[in-house]
Amino acid sequence: MKNHIHLGVRVFLVLLVLVILYPSPGFAQEPTPPDDEVNAIAKQLYCPVCENTPLDACRTSACEQWRGLIREKLQQGWTEEEIKGYFVEEYGDRVLAEPPKRGFNWLVYLVPPLAFLAGAYALYRGFTKWRISRSPSRPDSRKVPEDEVGIEKEYISRVEKELENR
Amino acid sequence: MKKWLLWGGLVLLLTILALGLIRTQQGQIGVGEKAPDFKLVTFSGETYHLQELRGKVVVVNFWSSWCESCKPEAKDLEQAWRDYRSRGDVIFLGVDYVDTEPEAREYIDQFGITYPNGPDRRTDISQAFRIRGVPETYIINRNGEIYHRQIGPFRSLEDIKSTLDPLLEGK
Repeated sequence: MKNHIHLGVRVFLVLLVLVILYPSPGFAQEPTPPDDEVNAIAKQLYCPVCENTPLDACRTSACEQWRGLIREKLQQGWTEEEIKGYFVEEYGDRVLAEPPKRGFNWLVYLVPPLAFLAGAYALYRGFTKWRISRSPSRPDSRKVPEDEVGIEKEYISRVEKELENR
Repeated sequence: MKKWLLWGGLVLLLTILALGLIRTQQGQIGVGEKAPDFKLVTFSGETYHLQELRGKVVVVNFWSSWCESCKPEAKDLEQAWRDYRSRGDVIFLGVDYVDTEPEAREYIDQFGITYPNGPDRRTDISQAFRIRGVPETYIINRNGEIYHRQIGPFRSLEDIKSTLDPLLEGK
């Protein structure tokens, strides 16, 4: 009889431990991600309906649904890159605030710095040419030719003579 | 040589920019134009290829669960589908534009939609049709050409039928 009681207690204890240790679905679920965490990803995506509006700043129903989707994916343990990848896969590259670096998209990254460098080079060339043209080693284009100097001297002496005669 | 390379590069860049601008400035697809071919995989996993539907009249409706003006026409489109379905020469296809799946399925249930519906993955179909918003509906004739373009919702079931009937009767 005593053995039976002991056995019953042991079984109860084992079951109790199992119940405590067994992960219930409630414990397995991640806590709801805060708005900041959702918006950190949302601001890297663009609203599908209104043009040029980041997802975190948009108040349309479509964007609310998308933010809900981000929250859901975060809750499921997805990483930022996985979530962005999912959105690209579902809705195309244009949802991204920054176009992916491939194909024609490279133009977006290469053209502005190249245009800036080309402009800087053109300015440098222009400035150098201008300085060379002003340097004293070259004949001064504003100098009066010698024959003109002679004519000028002759004219002044004639004026002086006339003034003396008066 | 250096100069030629510079000019060549500039011309190439301007051409690419011009092509991009032309593409963005292109209006919507017009009546009489060939409908762009597309493949729609429905929420239930069936695949519809426009090219394989040649010989049938195809009604392509772009919608979304977040679109308020899509809702009034949803039940009319469903009713029209039920009325024409038995003919066998008409098919309605719903293309769900930039939507989330649970809400899209809820919308389909809410309006009891039975014609094939699927998501516009990567917005390929809406881009091919160059849509500006939702709802938009394109009716494609048996030769695969655009017969009617409805920007905004149909006003009523009669509106849908009066648009479709002349095409169906003029076999």
